Amino acid sequence: MIHTRELTRTFRVGKRTVEAVRGVDIDVGEGEFVALLGPNGAGKSTTLRMLTTLLEPTSGTASVAGHDVRAEPTEVRRRIGFVGQGHGAGDDQRVRDELHTQGLLYGLDRRTARSRTGELLDLLELDEAADRVVTALSGGQRRRLDIAMGLIHRPGLLFLDEPSTGLDPQSRANLWEHVARLRGEFGTTVVVTTHYLEEADGAAERVLVIDHGRVIADGSADELKSRVSGDLVVFTTEDGAAADLGAKVAEALPSAGTAEVVAEPGRDPRVRIRVEHGDAALPGLLRSLDGAGVAPLSVAVSRPTLDDVFLTLTGRSLREGER
Amino acid sequence: MTATMRTQPPPAAARTRGTTARDVWIVFQRQGRLVLRRPALILFGMLQPVLYLALFSPLLEGLGGPTGEGSWRWFVPGLLVMLALFASGFAGFGLLPELASGAHERLLVSPVSRVALLLGRVLADAAMMFTQMLLILALVVAFGLRIPPLGAVVGLALLVVLGVGLSTLSYLVALAVRQTYVFAPIVQGALMPLMLLSGVLLPMDLAPGWLYALSRLNPVSYVVDAERALFAGEWGPAVGVGWAVALGLAVVALAVGGRAVRGSAR
Repeated sequence: MIHTRELTRTFRVGKRTVEAVRGVDIDVGEGEFVALLGPNGAGKSTTLRMLTTLLEPTSGTASVAGHDVRAEPTEVRRRIGFVGQGHGAGDDQRVRDELHTQGLLYGLDRRTARSRTGELLDLLELDEAADRVVTALSGGQRRRLDIAMGLIHRPGLLFLDEPSTGLDPQSRANLWEHVARLRGEFGTTVVVTTHYLEEADGAAERVLVIDHGRVIADGSADELKSRVSGDLVVFTTEDGAAADLGAKVAEALPSAGTAEVVAEPGRDPRVRIRVEHGDAALPGLLRSLDGAGVAPLSVAVSRPTLDDVFLTLTGRSLREGER
Repeated sequence: MTATMRTQPPPAAARTRGTTARDVWIVFQRQGRLVLRRPALILFGMLQPVLYLALFSPLLEGLGGPTGEGSWRWFVPGLLVMLALFASGFAGFGLLPELASGAHERLLVSPVSRVALLLGRVLADAAMMFTQMLLILALVVAFGLRIPPLGAVVGLALLVVLGVGLSTLSYLVALAVRQTYVFAPIVQGALMPLMLLSGVLLPMDLAPGWLYALSRLNPVSYVVDAERALFAGEWGPAVGVGWAVALGLAVVALAVGGRAVRGSAR
């Protein structure tokens, strides 16, 4: 569905040239659900805007839904759905009118546009709001309307740019439920940009990690996580001496990495260590600690997150930009 | 490789051309619905010219001469130009929230013809303006002003052409600046001299030489002259000049505007 080669976009900011996207190669097959994950300003949206014909690439090629974005933008537009970062409906328009108009703009005849409008109002639970003016909708309803507008022509390929920004957790869960239902029903290919780890992790089948305008990792969430060597085991001790001793004991475990002792004022000292299959290694660790006379106060094992992946790849946390 | 692909017409070119008129109609309806749902908007837009008619035009009678004697016959054509000027000049206001919210972007991602996005809006504005002019004409005729029918028809058509040109320019400004606080002063700053230098309020014959010369540089002056001639039933050269100026403005504005919409994603 999507093939890009050396896709590049630069912007001029004053006298400086900013390379937002630097030679990106992306291949997305039919029916895939791909998340573009990266911190703010990584180039996710710029990439998406080139794929949806909103921005001309500075260089490189992109074929979307079988057509070149530069040579045949209209053909690309016919075949894709787009839910942007903003709101797509006109403020003073009525919900039903905007959906119907959207259908007509994609070449549907009036009857089809009317019946699709009805179906989508139903599917996205907008029935009650159908005759209301867009500004009278709640944030969640507005977002669902955006999605409905992106689906009116039953595109084989749907782009969502940060679709859950500003939604409460309930609406966010609903959103992904709708997308999943859609894929089940029509086999739609979905490409989504997000900086929410949980979304890329939970919903998408494949994650492209983007940083500084480049794709730095590509794979399923599990594959990417397996690149981080091991699960994180954290245990706390009563004092620093016990923590230091505990760290040595833990490092002696098979497949263990380097232990790190974290001492913060007012908190019990913590030992952090990466161990493969942390859950299986835990009983052995406890026995060894016991044998060395270290009594841990608490023990936790956590699987690597995509943030750990990002940290491993770049040395920075994905969440840094948000603080 | 891209260069060779560009030189070949995309296979859907013919189909795209055929649907441009349909796209214009869809965009026209989308805009028109807003007015139909709130018809009071039409009356609000007429407030300014009606106030001028009621509270300003009586002053003209004190001037005597052709301006004073048939004050409405002289004043009403200019008043309609003033209406066209302000109604179309501020047309771009309607696009600003759509540029900010993402609605314009959503339309750009759809396969709708780029020119239709502009033309549908411009024609909807022109239709609203035309309705306002008809209402004003009905009002002045009811109060006893006699207008030659053919002159009125050609005069209104001329104002629609002027309105199309001006509202296209207004959308161009909106696309360029995108912010209300920038848009409003620019448009206001452009409209005031266009109005003052067009002789719609008082005859420019009263002006000192330098002011008269300035008024001749204002394209709107020629449309005002043409309107006055048409409403007086005089088919002199002023009519042709007015039409040429208005048509020229509309064609240039639409050509530039079509390009601007194409590149208006950000």
